[in-house]
Amino acid sequence: MSKVVALTGNEAAAEALRQINPDVIAAYPITPQTELMHKYAEFVANGKVDTEMILVESEHSAMSATIGASAAGARAMTATSSQGLALMWEVVNIAASLRLPIVMPVINRAISGPINIHCDHSDTMGCRDTGWIQLFSEDSQEVYDNCCMAVRIAEHPDVLTPVMVNFDGFIISHTMERLEILEDNEVKNFVGTYDPKYYLLNTKNPVSIGPLDLQDYYFEHRRSQEYGLQNSVKVISDVAKKYAVLSGRNYGFIEKFMMDDAEVAIICLGSTAGTVKSTVKKLREMGKKVGLIKIRVYRPFPNEELIEALKNVKAVAVFDRSYGFGNVGGPLFIEVRAGLFGAGISPKDILVSSYIYGLGGRDITERHIAGVYYDLFDNIKAGKVKKMQNYINLRGEDSPEIIYNVDTSLVSKS
Amino acid sequence: MSLKKWQDLIPGGYITEAGNSKNYETGSWRTFKPIFHAEKCIHCLFCWVYCPDDAVIVKDGKMQGFDYDHCKGCGICAYECPDKAKAIEMVLEHQN
Repeated sequence: MSKVVALTGNEAAAEALRQINPDVIAAYPITPQTELMHKYAEFVANGKVDTEMILVESEHSAMSATIGASAAGARAMTATSSQGLALMWEVVNIAASLRLPIVMPVINRAISGPINIHCDHSDTMGCRDTGWIQLFSEDSQEVYDNCCMAVRIAEHPDVLTPVMVNFDGFIISHTMERLEILEDNEVKNFVGTYDPKYYLLNTKNPVSIGPLDLQDYYFEHRRSQEYGLQNSVKVISDVAKKYAVLSGRNYGFIEKFMMDDAEVAIICLGSTAGTVKSTVKKLREMGKKVGLIKIRVYRPFPNEELIEALKNVKAVAVFDRSYGFGNVGGPLFIEVRAGLFGAGISPKDILVSSYIYGLGGRDITERHIAGVYYDLFDNIKAGKVKKMQNYINLRGEDSPEIIYNVDTSLVSKS
Repeated sequence: MSLKKWQDLIPGGYITEAGNSKNYETGSWRTFKPIFHAEKCIHCLFCWVYCPDDAVIVKDGKMQGFDYDHCKGCGICAYECPDKAKAIEMVLEHQN
């Protein structure tokens, strides 16, 4: 039985963590993650959980303590944002290479500088190649659901890979939303108990964890790390199926929204998908064949699902909420274009263009998104991508923006 | 020691076998090599005490020589060998 509650994204994550009841949480506060651990500390203080909470002196220590606890055999977690993730980057890599199934909510915030506390994805994108599984959440419901599923994905014996549950700072983390949560015992049974094969506190079968690994074995161990991510593809989908039985909510690697007959599409991550959906509905009422592909699983990257979803699309805009300095497009654009090329689809078959938006919490509205769809139709008419690198709502660049009125179908460029 | 394929490794590179560092021959790292002059040795065993790699071979309380499969050539043994003995000499690996 699920119950309906109103929670912010941070509270939704804290609620999921409470129900999971991990053995150890080591955390250091950073905006906008603070509220999550504030809430969790309250659960600890009120005896609602059995967790040993370690308040450390930095995020580097937070991840280090989490790794230590996990290696000792505990179910261990932490959470962070932005500079905190940057500071722990060194050990974030080690968590993955030691194959420790840590779950970490990452509340996405811009990386300094200039210093900024608001949402973008530059923090988590800096961890793309650390070997973690990266899930993105559109709203509080997905934050909650992804946290519950992340534990089972990470701890699966074929996977043993840590998972980041990403959600947009402030936009999701601090916005009160309606969501459905499961009963405590349902989550408890769903995640089960953590039963590691090797762990430091096993005195009967002692192991050494983290020894020096040189030219003769380092490469092989990195390759075996990749194997965990490859195996996670099946596990992520199996866990989603089991979770759907429990919750009634289905999760794929991507979510297709009105893609069946779409001529143009936007691909994006996180909360912006909600704004795009609302725009799509309005443009559909005007007869425009537009659609959205939201990517939920960014690592491992769902190339096959994406190519399948794009097969009838003529033009696509890839939204990046982070910069890819020194090349065209942000990280998601580069992934998508590489995926299309790898599938033998030429840039003439699908006109792909890059849209960088929302850095440092800059607003993106339906007017901007409608403008992007109009750009895509223009590209189809022109038979080519008129402008490859676009910026949304950035002064000094032509930003796509359409003022439209659904009732009268009046459309004008602003 | 035969090297394993990545498929045969324990995830995370954990070591489950106690004392397996003896299978890892670090002698090839050496630049300088200790040479033992038995006739000068007073068998104080300072070299054995200080060797960080357990590469000094001792039998019945007597220094016998070096385990060159594991000696990294750090020279601590030669440094610690008492002035009156100086039974250990460090030479360049390729000169010997």
